[in-house]
Amino acid sequence: MRRAVVIGAGLAGLVAGVRLAEGGMRVTMVAKGVGSLTLSPGVIDVLGYAPGRVDSPREALGAFVAERPDHPYARIGADALEEALAWFTDRVPQMRYRGDGPRNLLLPTAVGVPRPTALAPASMAGADLRGGGRFVVVGLSGLKDFFPRLLADNLARADLPSGAMVGARHAEITASPRPGRADVAGQVYARALDDPAFRGEFAAALRGLAEPGETILLPAVLGMARAGEVFDELQERVGAPIAEVPTVPPSVAGMRLNTELTGAFARAGGRVVLGVEAVGATGSDGRISEVLVRDAARTRALPADAVVLATGGFSAGGIALDSYGGLHEVVLDLPVAGPPAGVAPLSERHLDHQPLMASGVAVDGMLRPVGPGGEPVWDNLHAAGTIVAGAEPWREKSGEGIAIAGGFRAAGAILEET
Amino acid sequence: MTHPLHELMRDSLDHCVKCTICETYCPVAAATPLFPGPKYVGPQAERYRGGDANADASLDYCSSCGICTQVCPQGVKIAEINSQAKAELAQRRGVSLRDRLIARPTLAGWMGAPVWPVANWTTSFGPFRLLLEKVLRIHRKAPMPRWAGRTFQSRTRSRRKAPDPAAPQRKVVFFHGCAANFYEPGTASMAVQVLEHNGLEVIIPKQGCCGLPLQSNGQYDAARAYVRRLAAQLAPYARAGHDIVATSTSCGLMLKREAHEILGVDDDDLRVVSERMFDICEYLVMLDERGELKRDMQPVDMEVPYHAPCQQRGHGVGTPAMELMAMVPGLRASQVDAVCCGVAGTYGLKAEKYDIAMEVGRSLFDQVRASGAALSVCDSETCRWQIAAATDRPSVHPVEMLHRAYGLG
Ligand SMILES: Cc1cc2nc3c(=O)[nH]c(=O)nc-3n(C[C@H](O)[C@H](O)[C@H](O)COP(=O)(O)OP(=O)(O)OC[C@H]3O[C@@H](n4cnc5c(N)ncnc54)[C@H](O)[C@@H]3O)c2cc1C
Ligand code: SF4
Ligand code: SF4
Ligand code: SF4
Repeated sequence: MRRAVVIGAGLAGLVAGVRLAEGGMRVTMVAKGVGSLTLSPGVIDVLGYAPGRVDSPREALGAFVAERPDHPYARIGADALEEALAWFTDRVPQMRYRGDGPRNLLLPTAVGVPRPTALAPASMAGADLRGGGRFVVVGLSGLKDFFPRLLADNLARADLPSGAMVGARHAEITASPRPGRADVAGQVYARALDDPAFRGEFAAALRGLAEPGETILLPAVLGMARAGEVFDELQERVGAPIAEVPTVPPSVAGMRLNTELTGAFARAGGRVVLGVEAVGATGSDGRISEVLVRDAARTRALPADAVVLATGGFSAGGIALDSYGGLHEVVLDLPVAGPPAGVAPLSERHLDHQPLMASGVAVDGMLRPVGPGGEPVWDNLHAAGTIVAGAEPWREKSGEGIAIAGGFRAAGAILEET
Repeated sequence: MTHPLHELMRDSLDHCVKCTICETYCPVAAATPLFPGPKYVGPQAERYRGGDANADASLDYCSSCGICTQVCPQGVKIAEINSQAKAELAQRRGVSLRDRLIARPTLAGWMGAPVWPVANWTTSFGPFRLLLEKVLRIHRKAPMPRWAGRTFQSRTRSRRKAPDPAAPQRKVVFFHGCAANFYEPGTASMAVQVLEHNGLEVIIPKQGCCGLPLQSNGQYDAARAYVRRLAAQLAPYARAGHDIVATSTSCGLMLKREAHEILGVDDDDLRVVSERMFDICEYLVMLDERGELKRDMQPVDMEVPYHAPCQQRGHGVGTPAMELMAMVPGLRASQVDAVCCGVAGTYGLKAEKYDIAMEVGRSLFDQVRASGAALSVCDSETCRWQIAAATDRPSVHPVEMLHRAYGLG
């Protein structure tokens, strides 16, 4: 059986891992820690801003990559992206992803800003703001970091497509799994709602809150392992439409996705080793034969016929900046593509264009990291996710699309090689 | 408590980006509102410790399972920081008689071994357990192992061979740990037979306790003395080139990493021993990768749930037990979806923590019961006792499944 080593357990690594394992390879995933999925809102962003708000990623993508020939989407292509997304939603049926064909949904963030996103769990899709609507935002008095009034006020003044009228007010309920406390985390509510007893209490508190025609917006804490069942039952017992709004981390919706995808990987026969760092590789004739990982006692060599590098960007530690401004790819010391000469690497405001943050490894059409001349560094090494140069996912709202399409394409390239 | 490594562990807290990933994985924080979670008691509270500042006492509910460190994407040594701070807290409060006693399996073991029928009767005798709970605060329902009578050491005196630098690869050293010595010599014997079946000669040197229970009960000086003595006993073998194989996954981890990272022991004996230390399943899979593992296994027609204890996960070698069981024809092993059984060495024995430990392990116990299997499999002994007690069926070391498959039993 051919062996693959996937470095990184984020969205890109998991997608690649599932596809490789399903494709019959023996896959070992090594990761320093869990990936950023558990922090993500659980929606699938494909292309949200380019730089204006994008209505249809499918229509916008052509012009977007034409202007950005070094963007990961330029390497992957629109067809592969769509194929990957379809494949992905099949792998995580419990998330019940919904979209609007080629068009973006417009869902409220935790602070009530409309954000474009391609796919959302069915439990969130009901908050789509494109057609306007009337909402009652319900806060949970014990939950930290969710502010219903702020959300409702911002929604009422949100920048919406012309003609979309939004009415929003707020309310609060006190039902809590830890009564008397004001700092209960989202996952505590979510796990408690998996239990029918608390679910009943919660549903009773919600009943009668919504006026006819209103949708109840709740923080995305409606169940962890049994989220689908919790959502359906609440909606039925409350007698009004409900939609979840993603929270700041800890993000229950992100955790659900991480759990389901990790489960799919395990069911496909993949193995995860968490808490170990990849520190290098050995190989010859242009091919990696072993990935070196540091375990509790020593450096171990994991045999590999193919390798996927999905170590994320600066925030996950895949790319590091030294005190002289030098950029490094930490595992294999691959060449890093940073901001072009003469371009200021950082700008003053956090959410502005930050060329440095697009740093990463440049890749060819098979997503193999390349050297300055465009030649692959290793024939059997592929990269996927934020480690690939050329994107600013938090500005473009493209992170999940890049990770899913990249992981899918990298795995495809490896499987095609047989 | 200060040692150079403490600074190293402590420095890692600056890498914390407050992502809360550790908080969402901590099994204790999920089970009780009394524990505010790894980020809070770890990188956050640590900034305020040192000098005269008092550690927040909620820290004491951390079970030291180490899961937070494994999941942290930024490499913060959360569990290590917490262990060290807990030890300081224990020193400041004074270590109770209970914590002194349960931290010394050798002491309890030696007290019980010569009089084992009486000892076993007392630990299963209700009124005595009530008394234990009242006086020592050891929960009356906490699982207690049964003394096996003759120790494994005394059964294997003939195997106390000297190192053999001429043939280091053919001979392995077996490190059995205290639990096997006093309570589960059967598991240790099976491990020896499985190794022998694979053509290896097994040396069992005289060996003491690794000091892990002392460490988790905050008694660092004593723990260092124990682990140094053990490392000195094993080092000559490691230097001669013998691999050392352990069935106790937590004790193996202590020698691989924890004694160095948490206790700050930094000596040559420990270094060579750690380089040569292997968990038995890790070792057998390595033999298999070299084509040296015997595959003459008979069918074992069974379904078994397997729990990878967090101490085993700490080795960073994946789940070799699952790989081994997959080689046995007919054996259908499935990994339980749970991070911890709750007992965490001695944590779940304590009267004030027993309920938390049972809550931590609840999902694991439910899954084992629901599987309907006759037994469950787990690499760590204290976890096995906890799982067996909570699910009313035996829990065995993975090597026992191999032992059956090889037809050695
Ligand atoms: C808080 C947060 C919110 C975000 N929200 C959005 C959003 O709303 N929309 C959007 O489009 N994008 C968002 N992103 C961007 C996000 O980065 C991508 O969406 C995507 O999840 C990245 O996936 P990945 O697999 O490439 O990397 P990651 O998920 O970062 O995974 C990297 C993995 O590599 C491992 N690793 C790193 N170095 C090593 C090593 N040396 N050895 C072994 N393992 C290693 C890490 O432990 C981790 O498992 C967000 C990111 C963060 C951090
Ligand atoms: S997981 Fe690590 S970085 Fe995140 S909050 Fe915990 S300690 Fe900090
Ligand atoms: S060591 Fe275990 S119990 Fe302690 S904080 Fe970390 S995850 Fe929680
Ligand atoms: S008791 Fe078992 S599962 Fe729980 S903390 Fe320890 S080794 Fe882990």
